[in-house]
Amino acid sequence: MPGQDPAERRVVVTGPARRARRASGYYRPRTEIDEQTTLGHTYVRSLMRSQLRAGLAVFAFLVLLIGPLPLVFAAMPDARRLEWAVLGFCLYAPLVLLALWYVRRAERNERDFVRLVEER
Amino acid sequence: MNSSYAIPAVALVVVVTVLVGAFGLRISRTTSDFYVASRTVGPRLNAAAISGEYLSAASFLGIAGLVLVQGPDMLWYPVGYTAGYLVLLLFVAAPLRRSGAYTLPDFAEARLASYPVRRLAGAFVVGVGWLYLLPQLQGAGLTLMVLTGAPQSLGGIIVAFVVVATVAAGGMRSITFVQAFQYWLKLTALLVPALFLVLAWQGDGAPRHAFEEPATFREQRVVRVDDSLDLTLDRPLTVTASGTIDGRTRQGRRIQLAAGTHHIEAGTRLTFAKGSPVPAADRGAAGGISTTLETGREERPLYATYGLILATFLGTMGLPHVVVRFYTSPHGVAARRTTVAVLGLIGAFYLLPPLYGALGRLYTPELTLTGDADAAVLLLPDRLIGGVGGDLLGALVAGGAFAAFLSTASGLTMAVAGVLTQDVLPTRGVRHFRLGTVLSMAVPLAASVLVGGLPVADAVGLAFAVSASSFCPLLVLGIWWRRLTPPGAAAGMLIGGGSAFVAVAVTMADFPGTGALHSLLAWPALWSVPLGFLTMVLVSLATPGRVPSGTEAILARFHLPEQLRAEVKA
Repeated sequence: MPGQDPAERRVVVTGPARRARRASGYYRPRTEIDEQTTLGHTYVRSLMRSQLRAGLAVFAFLVLLIGPLPLVFAAMPDARRLEWAVLGFCLYAPLVLLALWYVRRAERNERDFVRLVEER
Repeated sequence: MNSSYAIPAVALVVVVTVLVGAFGLRISRTTSDFYVASRTVGPRLNAAAISGEYLSAASFLGIAGLVLVQGPDMLWYPVGYTAGYLVLLLFVAAPLRRSGAYTLPDFAEARLASYPVRRLAGAFVVGVGWLYLLPQLQGAGLTLMVLTGAPQSLGGIIVAFVVVATVAAGGMRSITFVQAFQYWLKLTALLVPALFLVLAWQGDGAPRHAFEEPATFREQRVVRVDDSLDLTLDRPLTVTASGTIDGRTRQGRRIQLAAGTHHIEAGTRLTFAKGSPVPAADRGAAGGISTTLETGREERPLYATYGLILATFLGTMGLPHVVVRFYTSPHGVAARRTTVAVLGLIGAFYLLPPLYGALGRLYTPELTLTGDADAAVLLLPDRLIGGVGGDLLGALVAGGAFAAFLSTASGLTMAVAGVLTQDVLPTRGVRHFRLGTVLSMAVPLAASVLVGGLPVADAVGLAFAVSASSFCPLLVLGIWWRRLTPPGAAAGMLIGGGSAFVAVAVTMADFPGTGALHSLLAWPALWSVPLGFLTMVLVSLATPGRVPSGTEAILARFHLPEQLRAEVKA
């Protein structure tokens, strides 16, 4: 466009300071993990520990549920019908419930971890 | 049994399998499609496919047969098959998917950066896969023999050809569709006849003595003994016999057999009166493995039950066809959810075989004598309902049984062929994969034709034991323990899995030992699983210098959620 004053094109842009640059020398956990520093490994280890805890807790439940059964059946050789009923029909629903419980816990662990390292 | 409906049913299942496979072939275009269905299979389809693949001949026929012969202790098999998936979910599912490897050898190499360990894992995959394929082919042979009187090996040959054709043509994409279809077919094939059988049982006055020991004959029944066997009687038994008993020829007269052991020659006909107890058969002379494994409840020690529980709970995660399936999930979270869906699907299926076992004890107790207990599921509709209805239901069951052989055999062939192609045959590529497919089926087919005579569910149990003591330590320690070293992994697999393998081989060769030693060899998981773990840990601790340098990064990849990793790449 003709006759335009160069000064008019100069625009001052203002805005809030970016949050990520809060302090000098500060790195987000994400960066630590990506760059595989010792601190990053510590983050990963904490996730692994929480996931392993979740798995072991459900596994302990499974062992407590299943482990004594053969002993019980051996101690009561006359309770054949009980054995049929328990082994044949009663164990599958608890197994599925245990699986659902674990998946909820494991996914929550992962969400918490993502929130932690993304700092939201 | 009338085969006029059963043969068309089996033929229909075979044809539909080939057609669905061909449909998969049309959309199976890339190499990635071929091996892992491009990793885009959603949880629902994938769960049905995994369940379809997992529910084998052992589940469809074997459990009911074992329960019929040995009583409710055998119900630990289906419980263990299901709980194995729970253990897999807890410790392996998501990290295994995130590892990005395709087979167990891939996993071993990615985690340990060691080619020898990869080769060793490959050898075990092939071994376990062949061990598991064998009973599938035998089950198919048995089914066809019961239905049509065809020679025992024919069914196995048919299954082998159909599987090789489907797998070699379409790969993973096509197999996924085939197996999802076959899960629903198998469920229907057991569920619908079960409903009618329960109705017939109700109409029969709902007899309840199925759970009593010993089983008794409900009506006069003629039993033809196909293989010579030893009968052990607690009380004297009155039967009408024609044939040879204890070396003396009998011709159709009522005789009283005293308490004790009696040897009955092949071809003898025994007529049992109504209400007489079913004697326990001891196939000492005839049947290799069944001698040790098919002992009665009284002789089954408690640790054998625990050995069975340990093998199935921990062995599932190492079965080659189970592991390969996880790489077809799009990400770790989907892999977990898929596993939960699988637990629901197979749990629902396993409610049915115990029902068949219980009805079998009521209506087909003589199968414990003829040695064809695995056929109980096939014979029940005819026995209980009869007529055209019974024939039609029997045909449905037979079709479902064939679906069971086809789907499990396809998955195993896929896994074994994958390993053979990548690690044994010279170059990679789809053409060599097809060669691998033929190879991976030829060996167990030859073995089933030559050897024969393994009870279906027992042979499967042995495959689980080997898998539990070699791959379970490798996967669990590999995923959760950062100090695992290649020498440790190799030693653990060799000593744990190797000793289980030797124990299995010794049992198969009919080792003459008795008592505790025999049970320890027949149920190796109880000692071989701890041995495998212990060896792996101790040797790893003894070789701390050999921890692979990238371990931290690899474990981060196994455990970090995909949303973090995706941004790393970007």
